[in-house]
Order: sequence, then structure tokens, then C-alpha cells
Amino acid sequence: MNHRHYQGEVWVFAEQEDEHLSEVVLELCTKARQLADQLQVPMAAVLAGWNVRELSYRLIAHGADKVYHVHHTELEYYRTLPYARVLTTLIEKQQPQIVIFGATPLGRDLAPRIASAMRCGLTADCTDLEIGDYTDPKTKETHRNLLLQIRPAFGGNIIATIVNPERWPQMATVREGVMRLNPPDPKRSGKIIDETVQFTPADLSVQLIERHREPRKVNLKTARTIVAGGGGVGSRENFQLIRDLAAAIGGAVGASRAAVDGGFIGKEHQVGQTGTTVRPALYIAAGISGAVQHRAGMEESAKIIAINWDKEAPIFSVAHYGIVGDLNKIIPMMIKAIKERAS
Amino acid sequence: MGYECVVCVKQVPDTTRVTGESMKADGTVNRAALPTIFNPEDLHALEAALRVRDQHGGHVTVITMGPGAAAEVLRECLYRGADRVILLTDRRAAASDTLATSYILSRAIRKLGPIDLVFCGRQAIDGDTAQVGPQLAEKLELPQVTYFEQFTDMIDRTVRIRRNVGNGWEILQARLPLLVTVLDSANQPRPPAAKKVMQYKRAHTMEELRRQLAETQPSLSEEQCEQELGRQVEQLQQRGLIINQWNLDDIQADLQWCGLSGSPTKVHRIQAIVLTKEGFTEIPPTEAGIRQMIGELIKDHTLG
Ligand SMILES: Cc1cc2nc3c(=O)[nH]c(=O)nc-3n(C[C@H](O)[C@H](O)[C@H](O)COP(=O)(O)OP(=O)(O)OC[C@H]3O[C@@H](n4cnc5c(N)ncnc54)[C@H](O)[C@@H]3O)c2cc1C
Repeated sequence: MNHRHYQGEVWVFAEQEDEHLSEVVLELCTKARQLADQLQVPMAAVLAGWNVRELSYRLIAHGADKVYHVHHTELEYYRTLPYARVLTTLIEKQQPQIVIFGATPLGRDLAPRIASAMRCGLTADCTDLEIGDYTDPKTKETHRNLLLQIRPAFGGNIIATIVNPERWPQMATVREGVMRLNPPDPKRSGKIIDETVQFTPADLSVQLIERHREPRKVNLKTARTIVAGGGGVGSRENFQLIRDLAAAIGGAVGASRAAVDGGFIGKEHQVGQTGTTVRPALYIAAGISGAVQHRAGMEESAKIIAINWDKEAPIFSVAHYGIVGDLNKIIPMMIKAIKERAS
Repeated sequence: MGYECVVCVKQVPDTTRVTGESMKADGTVNRAALPTIFNPEDLHALEAALRVRDQHGGHVTVITMGPGAAAEVLRECLYRGADRVILLTDRRAAASDTLATSYILSRAIRKLGPIDLVFCGRQAIDGDTAQVGPQLAEKLELPQVTYFEQFTDMIDRTVRIRRNVGNGWEILQARLPLLVTVLDSANQPRPPAAKKVMQYKRAHTMEELRRQLAETQPSLSEEQCEQELGRQVEQLQQRGLIINQWNLDDIQADLQWCGLSGSPTKVHRIQAIVLTKEGFTEIPPTEAGIRQMIGELIKDHTLG
């Protein structure tokens, strides 16, 4: 193995669309900054697009020491092959030791293509990244300062730590909302490095004909955590409690049909047989009785917390944690406990 | 005309049914205790391919890589109308990560000769990585269109595809050959056809026939066994009821890129999320109780 490759920079792929950085990119910058500090190497972002150079300053404010910027009309809208060409060209040229992508639909399209071209490892949907040593159980060789890629596996029933000791670069994708986002520091300085990349005709063979974007809607299916409120929440106004808890844990807002029928929240939030079926890492059901039609849509969640003042409520039969009591008292306590941990 | 379509499918443990029962004493998952199923999105990939063939002609070949028992999903494909199925099975392929898997699949697809379309499900429920599709496309040097929902146009060798990118959709135009990964919103998979079930329920791999024979006629000598097997295979072959089985030599795979040695990702540690068989942990509705619960959730990575 080539140890030199394990001394390079830590990179973040700066996914952008319509000249906006995706939310997860800045979270990745926070994490990559920590990893780079630990390894004592520079942290860099790769920014590709058309007329997006301005975004470099945000990346720098969020921790990047360098921004590799590629400007080309063929990069105005994302297409797999030209973007893959940009990344593989730059990776080969600059030899970073770590490259992190957002686990967005775009990142999950791009990262595996690059991993295959580089013949390197890739771990999807990491929930944490750390630096640590790894000893090969067979050869007893110890690899220092590898990227430890932590992710739930097997439908969320186990947590695995993955390493790539032999092939370079070490790559991982991370879901939005999983990593902490540090506030920007506008006083930080960094370097913007303009790079050029050559495309082959094959790179440009797929054409974008039509493109339609919708304003961001609730996406319960991909949420890692969901806070759902039911009839027990009582009113549209009081549903703010559910939203506040969801915001505190970075989760999505769900609801039972009673809450939707009661007009507390829109139908697109409904979980259950006639709503969305979800399987997050954590589902918090507050003031939901747990009728079978609701359970059908959420009982496969990895962890379920039920809050209900009726200890006979069927929701407790699928819960891992049960809190018997008034949600109006319990939820504020939860928000407080989470904020304490975060600070 | 017509299109040569290949579909990659996987038999997966039904991870949605992990309960206390299926956890081992050491906290790891007992895969053997879990029922196996046809990976849900792969059924949609199969359906997409069958529709292309039904409308434009051509053939649908299904490949699965897995243990001998994965022949079951191939029969499921025959019941739904696949023209040809191949079981890719080899002990040396065990412990392949997504990179090694995509390499092995690419060798098998290259052995099939010229193809027009490769269909994969977007992701498998046992890993949820969604990586094999794009990696396979790269190995085959094909363009990829992930999150496929439908062909809006198919004229000769040029196709237009609508793909769903979560916050919207787009239409891409590409030339064949091409690989697509299919979403569950793409279509409604057809059920098995009763006639085909009758026709193909006796379709087996050699390995399955051998095992059956050992069970039903344990008194046969090895020689008699081989003779009987030969007779059965010949009979079934004539009726198209032998499921092809390939190993890594058949597809001329470079062993360096297969199995453990072809897998750059190594599992360093596994930590079980302990599931209780029944009942739940009751948290007192107090600040201390709740603080402790939140602490536990952060520690086991449920809360990031
Ligand atoms: C064909 C069909 C399809 C359906 N599909 C769905 C579906 O997709 N999704 C769905 O959710 N439902 C569905 N339903 C409806 C389902 O049967 C239930 O009526 C519904 O889930 C009830 O919602 P709920 O538990 O929130 O409300 P309720 O039944 O009103 O229960 C409220 C719960 O909150 C508790 N509570 C009240 N106040 C408090 C408080 N202050 N603190 C703590 N706890 C409190 C109560 O003890 C009670 O358990 C469907 C029904 C049918 C017939």
C-alpha cells in the first residue's frame, strides 16, 4: 500500500444546485474541519458548476482552507459523467486521503461511480466519522489514523464501523442533518484554486432534456428521525410542540390520521396505512393511540419512543421506550434535555 | 428489432422482521433465523425490463449472485415471465463488498454478449447503500441513469427517461447501451402467472437436484447418484427447466477483485442495537428520566 496517499488533504464535495449549496455540504465542512485538524492536514472543498465561484467564500467561512473550483458550461446542471470526470481528475492530481459526499440523491449517484473508477472503498450513509487506528486481524499490521466510518446496518439493527486500510482515497457519504453545523466564521481566509478539466465525448453522451424542481416538501421516507403527533396533541396551535421537538433533534414531522383529520397539520405528514410508511432510526409518537393502521406505517422503525398518558394505549406494544404521562409536560422536558447535550 | 435486457436481482434477509427472536445471545443478528425475500426494488427493475420486452420485443435475462438458495428468486422471475435466469454462485465470492460485487456482476454480464439495457433495483434492503448500480455501470463502461421511473420515449437506440430526484424530476436522453436503477414508484410489479408457476416450479439448479436426491434416495451409491442426476438433468434440460449456474471461473473473473481481497471496505467493529423481545423500557416522566434516555440515544448513535 502507498502510505503517501494517507497523508493528503480531507475533502468535501460541495454539491450545489441552481447556485445554492446543499444544506448538508456545510455540515460536512464542520466535520471535515475537525478531521483535518486531528490529522493536521488542510481541508478542501471541490466546487464544480457554472458561475458558482462566489460560493467558495461560504465554504471557506465554514472551515475550508482551499476550494478547488471548476467552471464549465457542461457543469451547469448535474450529470453523472462530467461530474465524475471532475472528481476523478482532481483526486488523481491532488491525492486527498479522505473524500466525503452528502448522502443526497445526487451524492448517492456520484460517489459510487467515482469509487468504482478509483477502485476504492465507499461507505454509505455514515452517522459519524472519526479518526482512529485499525489492526488487521490477519496480518496484525496496524494502520494509523484511518477514517472510521460509522453507520447503521441491517435495517438499522446494528451499528458497524467500517475502514478502508488498503485502497485510497477513503470515501463516505453522510445524510443531511446527521452532523453538527458550526456557525460560519466570516473572518477565516482560504485559497480558491481554479482547475480545468477535459471532457471526452462519452462524458457528454447523456443529455438533460427537461428539468423540474419542486419546493422542498416533507420527505418522511428519508428522514432519520421523525416526531409524530396524534389526536392527543389537541389543536393546530399546540402542534407547534411537535415541530419544536422535531427541530431540536433535526427530525421530520409526522402525524396520525386523527391529527390530520383534526386539521392540526397537512395530509402529506400522515404516517400509516393510508399515509407514508416510514422506517427511521428513531420515531417518537406523542399523543398517538397506536391504532393498527398507524402502527402499520411505523412499527419497523429501529427505535420507537411512545408518549401517552394512557398506559394501556396499544402504541406501547411496539415501543422501545415508553413514557406514561402528559405530552404537554414531557415534550418540553425532552427539548430541554437535548439542548443541554448539544451545548 | 427488440432489446436485450439484463436484470440484476438479489435475495435478501427480510430486515424488516428483525425481532428479539432473530438476535443471537451476543447481540448480533442471526441471519439464518430471518426469512429471505426478493429484494423489493428489484421486482420493480424486473417489471421495467419485462415491459420493454413486451412492447418492443427482445429478451429478459435475470442474474442473481448469492448462495444456492437464491435460486428461489430466479424461479420467481420465471413465474413473472423472464426468458432466462442465471445463478452466480461461488464460495470465493463470499464477503464481497459493493465494489467486488459490481466487478463480479460485470464479468457475468460481459459473458452474455452484447446487451442494450441493464436494470438494477435502486438499493437492497439489507445494506441500503444504492452503490452496486452505479458501480456496475462504471465497470461496464456504460452511462447510468439512477432513480428511473419510466421511458418517455424509445426510438431505436435512443431513449428518453424520466427520473425522480426526490425534490423533482428530470428527463434525460441517452443512447443505448445503458444501465438504470429503478425506484419502487416506477411501476406495479406483475404477480406470478399461474400458468408459468405450473411450468417452472420444477426448474432447478444442479445443486438443488443433487440435494433433493440425497434427501429422497439416501441409499444410492455415489455412482448411482450421479447416474440418476444425469438422467434428471437431461430430462429437465429438454424442457428448459435447468437453472444455469455459473462460478467465478465460468465468467473469467480475476480473483484479486473478488470476495474479501477485492473488497476495500473492512468491518472494524459491530455493535448491536439491543432489541428487547417484548415490552419496553418505561421512562419516568421526570427531567432525570428523560435526560438519561436522551443520553442513551446519543450514545448508541440513534440521535446524531
Ligand atoms: C381504512 C383506514 C385507514 C386508516 N389509515 C390510517 C393511517 O394511515 N394513519 C393513521 O394514523 N390512522 C389511520 N386510520 C385511523 C386509525 O384507525 C385511528 O383512528 C387513528 O390512527 C387515531 O389517531 P390517534 O391515535 O392520533 O388519535 P386518538 O385515537 O384520538 O388517540 C389519541 C391518543 O392520545 C392520548 N392522549 C390524549 N391527550 C394526551 C396528552 N395530553 N398526553 C399524552 N397522551 C395523550 C390518548 O390517550 C390517546 O391514546 C385509518 C383508519 C381506517 C379505517
